[in-house]
Amino acid sequence: MIHIDIKKNLHGNLGEMSLDVNFTLEQGDFLCISGKSGAGKTTLLRIIAGLEEAQGTIKVDDTFWLNKKQFLKIQKREISFVFQDYALFDNMSVEENLLYVKKDIPLAKKLLSLTQMYELRKRHPSTLSGGQKQRVAICRALMKKPKLLLLDEPLSALDNVMRQNLQNEILLLHKEFDTTTIMVSHDVSEIYKLASKVIILENGKIIKEGKALEVLLKHQGSQKFSFEAEILDIKQVDVIYIATLCIAQQLVEIVISKKQKDVLSIGQKIRVGTKAFSPILS
Amino acid sequence: MKELFFLISELNYQPFILSFKLAALTSIILFSLCLPLAWYLSQTKSKIKPYLEAISALPIVLPPSVIGFYILISLSPTSAIGGFFNDVFGISLVFNFSSLVIASCFYSLPFMVQPLQAAFEKLNQNMLDASYLAGKSTVETIIRVALPNMKPAVLSAFVITFAHTVGEFGVVLMIGGSIEGETKVASLAIYEFVEVLDYQSAHIYSFIMLALSFIVLLGVYIFNAKSKIRFGEFK
Repeated sequence: MIHIDIKKNLHGNLGEMSLDVNFTLEQGDFLCISGKSGAGKTTLLRIIAGLEEAQGTIKVDDTFWLNKKQFLKIQKREISFVFQDYALFDNMSVEENLLYVKKDIPLAKKLLSLTQMYELRKRHPSTLSGGQKQRVAICRALMKKPKLLLLDEPLSALDNVMRQNLQNEILLLHKEFDTTTIMVSHDVSEIYKLASKVIILENGKIIKEGKALEVLLKHQGSQKFSFEAEILDIKQVDVIYIATLCIAQQLVEIVISKKQKDVLSIGQKIRVGTKAFSPILS
Repeated sequence: MKELFFLISELNYQPFILSFKLAALTSIILFSLCLPLAWYLSQTKSKIKPYLEAISALPIVLPPSVIGFYILISLSPTSAIGGFFNDVFGISLVFNFSSLVIASCFYSLPFMVQPLQAAFEKLNQNMLDASYLAGKSTVETIIRVALPNMKPAVLSAFVITFAHTVGEFGVVLMIGGSIEGETKVASLAIYEFVEVLDYQSAHIYSFIMLALSFIVLLGVYIFNAKSKIRFGEFK
C-alpha cells in the first residue's frame, strides 16, 4: 500500500500556488492523473520520485520515503520514472540501457521481447523512432522491478497509431508485472483504457477522484450525447446562422439561432448535447 | 637544402620536450581537479556559484605577469607555503619544473573548467535523473553517463588546455626563470633566439609550433564534426 500526503508551495506560471495532495494506492493499482497544464501533475511525480523536496509523508508499505525526519535518497527509493522525452542514455545500446539499471539478462530479454524490441537490442537510441525510444524507456523502468512506476505523459509526443500500440503494451506489461503505476495523461480514451483510478488536479488540489468512468463521463441533465466543443467560426447563410465546431479533432457544422449567435463568440468552449437521438454505429 | 636538414637535425629539442611534458602534466592534473569543480558549478543553485565562477575565470583576464607575480610571492621560500615545503621536504617550489606545473595549473584552469561546465550544463537533466533513479551514485553517473555523452567537449577541454599551456610565456618566465633543461620551454627559447638575433633558429622553432598547433586543432574540429553527425546535434 502506498500512502501519499504532501504539500509544497509552487511558483507556477499562474503565480503562487500550493500543491496539497492526499491519496492512497493499493498494490497493482493504475492511477491516472489528469488536469490542465500547470496544475502540478509533473511536480507531484517528481516529489514522489525524490527529484524535488516537499513537506508531508510518503509511505510505501512499511517504509517512509518522506516524513518530517527523513528524505529517502532517490537511489534508495524502489521507484522508476519514465520521462516524456525518454531520457535514454545515448552512449549505450538499447540492451545496455536496460542492463545499466540491473545486470539481469533474462529479464532484459523478456521485456524487449514483450515490446518487440529484441531485434533492435544492439541499436543506439539516436537511430530509433519516438515510439521505439519510449518502449525502451518503459522497459528500462521495469528492469528495477519497482514498487512504484511513474509515467509522465509518456505517449504525448507520439502519433495516434503509435499511442494505441503503446497503450496496449503498457497494459500488457502492467498485467505481467502487476506494478503499481501512476501516469500523467490528458487523453481520455487512454485513461479509460488503462486506469483503475483517476485523479483530476486543478491548481494543486484534487478536484475529482474515482473510477475512470465516474470521473470522466460528463453528464449534465438528461442528454444522451454531450460533447465539449470549440467554436471555430460563425457565419450567416441566408436567414440562418451556421457555427463550425471542433469536437475531439473533428469539424462539425450546426445551425444556431440568432439569439444563440448573439451570445456565442469564436474561440469559446461550449457543450453540445442532444436528447432524442438514435445513433447508427458503423 | 642540405644545410637546412643539418640545422634541423642539430637543433636542441629539449625546450619542445619540456613544453609538451609540462602541458601534458598540467592537462592531466587539471582534468582531475576541474571535473568535480565543473560538475559542482553545473549542478549547484548556491549563491556562491558566481563568486566561484569569477575566481576560476580570473586567469583569462589577468596579465600573466600578475599571476606569475602572486604565485612567485606565495611559493617563494620566504612565504608560508614555500617555507613549509622548503623546511619539511627540503624542496624549492620556484625556479624548477614542478613550480612550472603549479603555475600552469592556475594559468590554464579556466580553459579546463569552462568547456566541462558548459558540457555538463548542456546534458539532459532527465538523463542524469534516470541514472540516479536506476540507483546509481553521482560518481558512477558522471563516469558512465555524463562523460561518455560529452566526449567532444572533454577532448576540446584537453586540447585547449594543452595548447594554452604550450603557448604560455609570461608566467613560465617569472616562475621558472628559463633555466636550460629545467624550465626553458619552447616559447622562452624562441624569445631568447630573437633576443640574440638568431632568426634562423627562431624561424624553425616557430614553424614547428605553428604546424603542430594547426594539426592538433584541425584534428579536434574533424573529430567534433564527425561526432555531431553520429550523435546528432548535441542537446
